[in-house]
Amino acid sequence: MAKGQIVAGCLAPHPPHLVYADNPPQNEAYSEGGWETLRWGYQRLARKLKNIDYDAIVIFTPHWQTYIGTHFLGLPEFKSKSVDPVFPNLFRYNYDLQVDVELSEAMRDAASQEGIITKMMTNPDFRVDYGTITSCHLLNPEWDKPIVTISSNRNTHYYSPEVMIEQATALGRACAKAIEESGKRVVLVASHSLSHRHFVEEAPLPEDMSKEHIYNHSQYVWDMKIVEMMRDGKSREVIDIMPEFTEQTIAETEGGGLIWMLGAMGFPDFPAEIYGYQSVIGTGNVIACWDPNDDTREYVL
Amino acid sequence: MSETNEPEILFGIYCPPHPQPLLSPEASEGYSNLRAAYDECRKRIEESDADIILVYSTTWPSIIGHQIQALEKAIWTHVDDDFHYLGSMPYEFHMDTEFAHSMKENCEKRGLEARTVEYEGFPIDTGSVVALQLLNPDNRIPSCILSSNMYANRSETIVLGKAVRDTLAQQNKKAVVVVVSSLSNRMFTEHIDPKEDRIHSQKDDDWNRKILEFFDDGRLEDLSQLSRDIHGQIRVQKVVAYKPAWWLAATMGQHNNYDGEVLAYEALHGSGGAVITLTPSTGSVGDKEFDEDDVEFYRGDRNVLDKGMLE
Ligand SMILES: [Fe+2]
Repeated sequence: MAKGQIVAGCLAPHPPHLVYADNPPQNEAYSEGGWETLRWGYQRLARKLKNIDYDAIVIFTPHWQTYIGTHFLGLPEFKSKSVDPVFPNLFRYNYDLQVDVELSEAMRDAASQEGIITKMMTNPDFRVDYGTITSCHLLNPEWDKPIVTISSNRNTHYYSPEVMIEQATALGRACAKAIEESGKRVVLVASHSLSHRHFVEEAPLPEDMSKEHIYNHSQYVWDMKIVEMMRDGKSREVIDIMPEFTEQTIAETEGGGLIWMLGAMGFPDFPAEIYGYQSVIGTGNVIACWDPNDDTREYVL
Repeated sequence: MSETNEPEILFGIYCPPHPQPLLSPEASEGYSNLRAAYDECRKRIEESDADIILVYSTTWPSIIGHQIQALEKAIWTHVDDDFHYLGSMPYEFHMDTEFAHSMKENCEKRGLEARTVEYEGFPIDTGSVVALQLLNPDNRIPSCILSSNMYANRSETIVLGKAVRDTLAQQNKKAVVVVVSSLSNRMFTEHIDPKEDRIHSQKDDDWNRKILEFFDDGRLEDLSQLSRDIHGQIRVQKVVAYKPAWWLAATMGQHNNYDGEVLAYEALHGSGGAVITLTPSTGSVGDKEFDEDDVEFYRGDRNVLDKGMLE
């Protein structure tokens, strides 16, 4: 059996606004559009993924928050309706998704062997979080690949951003090892924004783009610093600066997704492809992809 | 609503959000004690002539202002993110939609951003599900659930409580108010045998017991004023502040004239779980005076950052 490999790593923010703006048949809410910079960026990245041969998407989400270890989806199918608890007016999405349970269990076992507390989630009534649904919908609207969702253990809040870096990196290494041994070709997804201070009021028409802007300039400057380092292939430095970034911009990096993904990819020193940056209700969001293949890596934006 | 028209709040309940008392009460003596305390509260609610059960849940965070559950019949099967292996929580809750809509208007009159949520399948949080399932299993009394805004601090939370008073007085409804929150909220980060459950640390236990003393003495306003200390000492810093005592005091009345009763105090995976009742009474206990202002209207951010900027 050929060695498995990570064929791409995507930083894929999950504001439900982006699905809402797209008006897919699965979502009950209706919009007049909005946030095109991000949506068109997502569409371009989705086209790229279509041309990559892969078996499964493994996604790390900050909206499945676990305090007692890291949990993995452990049943082959989940079908239900995901209603965003914060933006239920925008996101009520009927999903029907497949899970690669074999890969999920293999990653869980590898993580356990590294001393990480783990748990398989095998309750059929469990609702898959809206971070998973949103990022996966935007990266693969056909839903024709199985996924694995990994929960975000709350290390940043419970201990510190530094502990999160240690734990999420160890989890990433363990997942990479399991993927290699599985023989599968896998796309990793870190599902989150960068800066993450929201406005606490919403425009009467949420997609009214004349009202959309970053929460404050400080967040913008920080976000740009991080994006610049990604472009320059300085992924190790992104992680080094992350505790300060997370604190200064209340960044959603606190959940550990990007650390996990870059850790699994061995902290790549090649440039990330940038597909777009835009604010959503004040938060900063970049779509980026780390393509380890020198022949297919592009300069997108 | 008139100035003299005070709402009638029959009693308040403080209870924990974890699902063990609902799903696995037999797993340990502690969990079954908590369950028995919940059952006692349920009985007292049944014996009261309450018109509404009002829940403020710390496990329902919101961002766009304050969300108010308004769906007439909220039906779903809930599963907890961490404790999914303990089982599913099917529920059907009947909301007081009339209260919910007026509550939104009264929040706005006091300067708060607020909205009702009325969507089939809306994910009601674990804490609210546990509390309503145990306190009002047959929907004998309609209820309403309020979210806890993750950015809100003291003034906003106090004003939210006052908007509840406005609404109850306006509708002439007798209420039981429920706060769903742990005391100390640090859990063990590994799976444990429920029989070996204990409070995470001696410090958490000491603080919890001090808080329980205050509750027992009916010193609700004192607890409200101590909220910032409590947050710093025994709360994992997930949100900006420990808000339940602010909300409870603002809703029930900002004083120390209560009969407090601690029905149970037990560990829930390391966190402090207590079921407590507070009944308005006469006669005040307490020897403290405080300097944090009372607040009637929420005026938003003070824009401190934009003032005094260098030219
Ligand atoms: Fe998010």
